[in-house]
Amino acid sequence: MKSPVTFRLNGSETAVFVDPGANLLDVLRRGCGDLSPKYGCGQGGCGACTVLIDGEPHVSCLVLAETVAGRSVETTGGLSNGPDLHPLQRAFIEGFAAQCGYCTPGMLMAAKALLDRNPNPTRPEVEEAISGNLCRCTGYEPIVDAILEAAKQRGAA
Amino acid sequence: MLEVQTYPTIGEAAGAMDDQARFLGGGTLIMNRVNYGDPRFNRIVRTTDASLAEIRVEGERLEVGAGVTMAAILASRDLDFLAPAARAVGGPAIRNMASVGGNLMAPHPYGDLAVALLALDAVVRMASGEELGLEDFLARRNGVVRSLLVRRPRGDEFRFRKVSRVKPKGVSVMSMAAHLTRSAGRLSGVRVAYGAMASTPVRVRAVESALEGVSLDHAGIAAALSAATEGLDPPDDPIASGWYRREVAPVHLRRLLLGEDAR
Ligand SMILES: Cc1cc2nc3c(=O)[nH]c(=O)nc-3n(C[C@H](O)[C@H](O)[C@H](O)COP(=O)(O)OP(=O)(O)OC[C@H]3O[C@@H](n4cnc5c(N)ncnc54)[C@H](O)[C@@H]3O)c2cc1C
Ligand code: FES
Ligand code: FES
Repeated sequence: MKSPVTFRLNGSETAVFVDPGANLLDVLRRGCGDLSPKYGCGQGGCGACTVLIDGEPHVSCLVLAETVAGRSVETTGGLSNGPDLHPLQRAFIEGFAAQCGYCTPGMLMAAKALLDRNPNPTRPEVEEAISGNLCRCTGYEPIVDAILEAAKQRGAA
Repeated sequence: MLEVQTYPTIGEAAGAMDDQARFLGGGTLIMNRVNYGDPRFNRIVRTTDASLAEIRVEGERLEVGAGVTMAAILASRDLDFLAPAARAVGGPAIRNMASVGGNLMAPHPYGDLAVALLALDAVVRMASGEELGLEDFLARRNGVVRSLLVRRPRGDEFRFRKVSRVKPKGVSVMSMAAHLTRSAGRLSGVRVAYGAMASTPVRVRAVESALEGVSLDHAGIAAALSAATEGLDPPDDPIASGWYRREVAPVHLRRLLLGEDAR
């Protein structure tokens, strides 16, 4: 039997019916039509599905959907403000931090959680923050550079 | 068809368990099984009991709720001695979900926090209120855990080390913890535990007895290093062979005991 779950998705009140045992990633993609978080492994190992729950990064493929009732979920789909991209998105584009782009939504959310808490991270802190996110294209350097650049831009703004 | 049952208290949740049910902690292992359609269970039992996420001071002991996450341990001043072990679990997203209770039940090669708790002689408090030593709990691994009770180690008496191939996030080749209690300048009543060296985290009694009455230096620990894997048959897995684990254990044990940095 499906059960109703209400939560905030990128600031908007959202109500969906979820199947028993459904994970949050599935509910976001199929139930809410937010295709920004990606499915890579369904095991917590790749980080492509990373979203923020009450501001903290979670791998949404391992979150039982009904546990987010009453909480706030943020995805890459909500990062930009209309046509204005988030500083992290701009830095990723300018720094060629996305190649195939499959890891990018997860990387962006892991990075956002870091910068929201620590606006001036060191390189090792950035590496630690994205340590649960795999990228098979870039070799990570451009991603780490882009996150550090976004922090700088935000500081200057 | 899978069913999810949610109870307001841990007691009620424990009462709803049978061998077709799995208790949901943070879900980092259970949801993997759900996603892949594990046929061995058809019910998920969970509770919204807020006390499960509490960290409380109880006399000389700290009570750590089974639902406390690795991230919550890292944020707690009272539990700073467990931070090296909590930090060793997965990446940041996993640490926001992975619970203490789930770590006690996690299969090989997981259970890094449990290794630290075993060396600290933690006591498991079940949902029923029954208390038992962590070592006894690990031997039977059933029932729903309410909390863990642990005493704060003194000064620099507690050591933890995780050996992994990938850093900062990687699965254990092995993890090791030692509670190096002393009496009149010599080691006495020491407890040493390993993870990923057997099917569950284990105490290493041969090492513990070889450390009794010795001083904490190269000469003092020599016998303990020779006994590093006595009585153990470390498993083969994709991370390391049992042979490799056995070969390198004395090196990592020396680094743990003497507080040396790995090169
Ligand atoms: C990508 C990834 C990396 C990981 N890295 C590590 C690592 O480095 N080190 C490590 O130790 N682990 C690691 N793990 C394994 C796991 O995340 C941790 O062991 C975690 O602590 C398990 O807790 P959980 O709350 O998520 O467990 P769940 O998935 O909720 O449950 C796991 C098991 O414990 C049982 N359980 C949960 N709570 C209780 C309770 N209160 N009483 C009785 N039984 C209970 C469940 O029924 C289930 O059988 C990793 C997992 C993933 C996916
Ligand atoms: S799909 Fe969730 S971590 Fe890979
Ligand atoms: S850009 Fe392709 S996986 Fe990261």
